[in-house]
Amino acid sequence: MDTLVIQTLNSVFYAAVLFLIAAGLSLIYGVMRIVNLAHGTLYALGAYVSAWAVGTVFGATAAGNMVLAGQLLLLPLGALAIAAVGAVIEPTLLRPLYRRPEEYVLLITFGLLMILEDVMKLLFGGTPLSAGSIMDSMGSVRIGSLLYPSYNLVVISVGIMAAIGLWWFIYRTRFGIILRATSQDRRMASALGLNVGRVYVQAFAIGCFMAGLGGAVIVPAQAAVLGMGVDALILAFVVIVIGGLGSLEGALVGALIVGFVRTAGIQFFAEIELAVLYLIAAAVLLVRPTGLFGKA
Amino acid sequence: MALLQTVDLKRYFGETRAVDNVNLSIEEREFVSLVGPNGAGKTSLINVISALLQVESGKIIFKGEDITRLSVTERVKAGIARSFQLVNVFDDLTTFDNVALAIFSREGKTAHLGRLAHLDQAVADEADRILNQFGLAAKRSDNARDLAQGERKLLDVALAYALKPKLLFLDEPTSGVSTRDKAQIMDTIASVVRGEGITAVIVEHDMDVVFKYSDRIVVMAQGAILAQGTPDEIRKNEQVAMVLLGSSGPDAFTRKD
Amino acid sequence: MPAARTGPSLYMMLVVAVPVIAALAVLPRLVDLYQTELLIYGLTFAIAALGFNLLLGYTGLLSFGHSAYFGMGAYTVAFIVRDLHVQSMELCILGGLLSTLVISALFGYVCVRHTRIFFGILTLALSQVLWSLAFKFFWVTGGTDGIRVARTGVTLLGGLIDFKGSGSYQKFVYAYYYYVLGLFVLATAIMWVIVHSPFGKALQAIRDNEIRASFVGIRVRRYRWLAFVISGCFTGLAGVLWVPLNGLTTPEILYWPFSGEIVFMTVLGGFRTFAGPIVGAIAFNYLKVYAVASSQYWQMVLGCVLVVLVMLLPTGIVGTLARLAAKLRRG
Repeated sequence: MDTLVIQTLNSVFYAAVLFLIAAGLSLIYGVMRIVNLAHGTLYALGAYVSAWAVGTVFGATAAGNMVLAGQLLLLPLGALAIAAVGAVIEPTLLRPLYRRPEEYVLLITFGLLMILEDVMKLLFGGTPLSAGSIMDSMGSVRIGSLLYPSYNLVVISVGIMAAIGLWWFIYRTRFGIILRATSQDRRMASALGLNVGRVYVQAFAIGCFMAGLGGAVIVPAQAAVLGMGVDALILAFVVIVIGGLGSLEGALVGALIVGFVRTAGIQFFAEIELAVLYLIAAAVLLVRPTGLFGKA
Repeated sequence: MALLQTVDLKRYFGETRAVDNVNLSIEEREFVSLVGPNGAGKTSLINVISALLQVESGKIIFKGEDITRLSVTERVKAGIARSFQLVNVFDDLTTFDNVALAIFSREGKTAHLGRLAHLDQAVADEADRILNQFGLAAKRSDNARDLAQGERKLLDVALAYALKPKLLFLDEPTSGVSTRDKAQIMDTIASVVRGEGITAVIVEHDMDVVFKYSDRIVVMAQGAILAQGTPDEIRKNEQVAMVLLGSSGPDAFTRKD
Repeated sequence: MPAARTGPSLYMMLVVAVPVIAALAVLPRLVDLYQTELLIYGLTFAIAALGFNLLLGYTGLLSFGHSAYFGMGAYTVAFIVRDLHVQSMELCILGGLLSTLVISALFGYVCVRHTRIFFGILTLALSQVLWSLAFKFFWVTGGTDGIRVARTGVTLLGGLIDFKGSGSYQKFVYAYYYYVLGLFVLATAIMWVIVHSPFGKALQAIRDNEIRASFVGIRVRRYRWLAFVISGCFTGLAGVLWVPLNGLTTPEILYWPFSGEIVFMTVLGGFRTFAGPIVGAIAFNYLKVYAVASSQYWQMVLGCVLVVLVMLLPTGIVGTLARLAAKLRRG
């Protein structure tokens, strides 16, 4: 019974991070109709930057509640840094290509992926960077007869808050209305006086922020390693295929499904757990091409 | 027996009744104009008959057979072809290749991987003949993208015509072109269609064009057929005049120059 | 009566092709062994890119998973040589083409039900399935160590040429060069005919306007699937030819970055031209060798090249040259 609860928590923990990444990707697609192939790499970059910030400011041996608070406050820095990167990328690399066939955006973001992967190698080296001290400082909670890391619960709550926050932001604020208007009809929005260029860069920055946040929250639990970006990208794609591109609910539901399937997969089919996920994605695309909640 | 018969054809978009219980029959060799205000459902009707839109309920009978369940390509093979309101041609192929492709497709030759397209003299000759008929011979080697708007519209029609259809639907073939081009396009279409006895249904807004060329006029409004008849009958129909022009009376359709 | 010749005349093609083939045939006499070997790699990648571009340039489908077919060809050869103890390269080619045919038919059936980004994601996901299988079933595939295919273990032309004994490395490089060159010319000729056939025109029509294509009576999904299968087989052939040269096949050629390299090569050369992928593949081969040799951050170098390419030279090497030539002719 206890193991079941732990497994469930693990699934939701994993889903929370996946949701952050996938929601960012979906938001960008929903507003701008582009897919950023470097999105997973931005997640990785967020992880690296956060781990580095925590490590540099506090050192490996720092401990205590004040330190913990400081470390937790530093984590979102990673996300903000990535948002800034996004705000630079969109106007310089992406905007010139909107008029061209959409293959070009895919190609340039692929080039960006290659560049950023090596930038991370250059800046942070090949060894994994961790912010594990945070996780250790937070200790564990008792679940029945087992112990579970408290930090994981923090991540789960961040995921929940992000979902609620994003929903509120998109459906209850003025900027959200602007976002939705621009996503539905760009020309009309522009004709109504909305600065589409500004909306685009803001939407892109928010999407990148989400990816960076995903990296920032995972790094205390799981060290930042080279290659984590593309693995995350593909998983985010699986989430979006299942949930539907451009949909917030889809990203949430998709992330939960992937989270649970992955946990189950690791338990029972450890060898082919990834393959199972990809096959599910292919199956969903066969049966319901636009995903569970998607807009075509 | 009518060439085409729709039976209680319906297509809704939520609350909007784009095609509302339409019973339309088209006889062979007729030149029918489909008219009506914007949003009347003319294009939707054509979209349903040509399988671009799915039928909500109702039937479509073509040459005596129920084609309601057939796909786009199956309807094309059965003998229905259409052109589009917003020009739909193959931009990065030459004008010649556009038409030649339609002919290859009609002849079932598009599955041929092993033969060079430009060596098929029969297809080439026919393509050139069609280009001549539509006045596009001079632009033979230009990419479709580089043609003038009027030429692109003609190419769109030529593509449909090259399929040697029994029934040709033309969706606003003269929209978006200058008045001079309009006359030229309609003359070309009419001469080709009439000359070969092709049954044609054309969606038009220009009533001069409609009265000049049609055997029969079908007036639609709000998804349903309001009235149909010969040009004379429609000219005298006050209800139609009201719907189309906002006024009626014996002179409603005469241009006050 | 006006001639049907709106297509490229055979004469023109020969004017370009014959000197190129002649030059390629003579090259091993002029350069050293290493350069010859590099060129063989270039030619195999050219076959892969040629196949890939049938989908991208002519059918308008951007696949991010072509490593699957290259890898399938390569691993099939490895299995045939290791487990079936077959030495004949011809049988390996046959086997590789067969397995690639099956896998691309299967994957293609799933993928062509979608377009654009979903198509791309699907091709990527499916190639990752193959990659993870190669990784996980390491007792069959050799895992990260891969499977060795020694050149002493293969024979060309039905056993006429073998590579055992002393001096065999040099003999191998020269013989294999001409073998691959011959197959490259054959593959290019076949692709040229396909692209200029009514089928090829139909693919381009689907690329330009898939709705209109269906309204002209072309069954879009089926033709996309056929293009996918042909494309996969060409890339599979490339994988088959690559293995004896490389001596080893590892899961890396199934991994997504290799798919990216195939895309890169094609874009580098120009994906809207016939010869673009060929030129791009050979050029990319040199580019990568240079980049890897000059810096451990060669991926960044290549990434920058790609970005510059997309922004400034979207038509690639051949496309840009063609445009310049057209300008000179006019001006």
